[in-house]
Amino acid sequence: MASLDRTARSFLLTELLGGMALTLKTMFKPKHTINYPYEKGPLSPRFRGEHALRRYPNGEERCIACKLCEAVCPALAITIEAEPRDDGSRRTTRYDIDMTKCIYCGLCQEACPVDAIVEGPNFEFAAETREELMYNKDKLLDNGDRWESELAANLELDAPYR
Amino acid sequence: MADLFQGVWWSGYALPALTVVVYIFAITVPLLVAVAYLTYAERKVIGWMQLRKGPNVVGPMGLFQPFADGLKLFLKETVIPSGANRVLFIIAPVLTFILAMIAWAVIPFDEGWVLADINVGVLYLFAVSSLGVYGIIIAGWASNSKYAFLGALRSAAQMVSYEVSIGFVLVSVLLCVGSLNLSHIVTAQQTIWFAIPLLPMFVIFIISALAETNRAPFDLPEAEAELVSGYNVEYSAMAFALFFLGEYANMILMSGMTVVLFLGGWLPPLDIAPFNWIPGVVWFALKVAFVLFIFLWVRATFPRFRYDQLMRLGWKVFLPFSMAWVVLTAGVLIAFGWLPTPA
Repeated sequence: MASLDRTARSFLLTELLGGMALTLKTMFKPKHTINYPYEKGPLSPRFRGEHALRRYPNGEERCIACKLCEAVCPALAITIEAEPRDDGSRRTTRYDIDMTKCIYCGLCQEACPVDAIVEGPNFEFAAETREELMYNKDKLLDNGDRWESELAANLELDAPYR
Repeated sequence: MADLFQGVWWSGYALPALTVVVYIFAITVPLLVAVAYLTYAERKVIGWMQLRKGPNVVGPMGLFQPFADGLKLFLKETVIPSGANRVLFIIAPVLTFILAMIAWAVIPFDEGWVLADINVGVLYLFAVSSLGVYGIIIAGWASNSKYAFLGALRSAAQMVSYEVSIGFVLVSVLLCVGSLNLSHIVTAQQTIWFAIPLLPMFVIFIISALAETNRAPFDLPEAEAELVSGYNVEYSAMAFALFFLGEYANMILMSGMTVVLFLGGWLPPLDIAPFNWIPGVVWFALKVAFVLFIFLWVRATFPRFRYDQLMRLGWKVFLPFSMAWVVLTAGVLIAFGWLPTPA
């Protein structure tokens, strides 16, 4: 009886028709595709994208040249040189990140005691040449100024979990 | 100049030849456009079934995508591998393409809308679709590549196996019609489409048509995962495009055959007011589109068959089953005295 049942099922193509019914139903479901350059997916506040150097609200740069980020960087992508400024405070004279070496692990951000170097939500910084991806201090500070509102909001959202 | 358009030269030879050329263009140009939009429909339908959108950037809703693809293939370089047999390598795609086109000569699009209304239309179609395997075998052999050769071998074995059961399916339809003329086959379905009394044959025909056109789940000759892309790995640019066009034109042809043999060709589903206002050619196109949708639907649903499963299905299931059904059909026709009288 069981073999008759099995034969009947295979000749009536029940399983094949069941599969086809499933794909037909799927065809009318809403699509997962997003219309990318015009429409973007959600990003976590922890998203590790392009780097930025932040400033305090009074315009003073946060980085105190402790070089913890340089030390922790597993890809050796960060290069820092520092000397005391005229007012005696210790500041970087050079802060370079080689974005082609960077593995976007976020350890620099975690190591930073003053939330100066952060990885922001921007991931659309593709360039046409390697040189454009050798970021210097000006570029990083510029990023910080441009993305400050998002960066601050993300840090605040993530603060309870740190 | 005036003499040129008079006399037997014009009315006896030139005019009929010119008419035939016009008819050929009237069939092939819409056919090639249909092929172009079949590739588009395939990408759209499979996209939808996989919760994607499919091509939607080139033109409104991606409608110009097939032309962009065609232009790309047209502008690329045709690479001929150094180990290839140059002559056969070029002949193979041309052959595939031509065979896919000439089969359309006997397909009736509407009452009397057929280029060659010959009385052996079914035999002609069967012969042309059997020849189709040569394009693939020649391509596989001439490429001098192991993947292409394996693909061609598989394709040959597969097409030959499934042609046998297609043959028996055709016989059972022909028994009910009493004619090999495709127009007669359609008009014989005036009362009921053969898909209903011959439902098992209809299903077998559709499945065999999938195997015959090397479509998923029987796309072993292409089998991207194992054979890269089978018999056409070494082809590029227009040579590849000809294979592609031929393959998709064959899909449309098999759908056309399904419609003519089982779904009543140009006949409306019911011969009542709103349905029989619509011209037959529209019904024909709609039915072909529906069968093509089944092709795409099946591709989006099923994984590829293993080679031994494919052969088992063809020889041990379809062949005995369709033979038995031919005997059954013949028996029923004789027992009830329904045998058609020769026209």
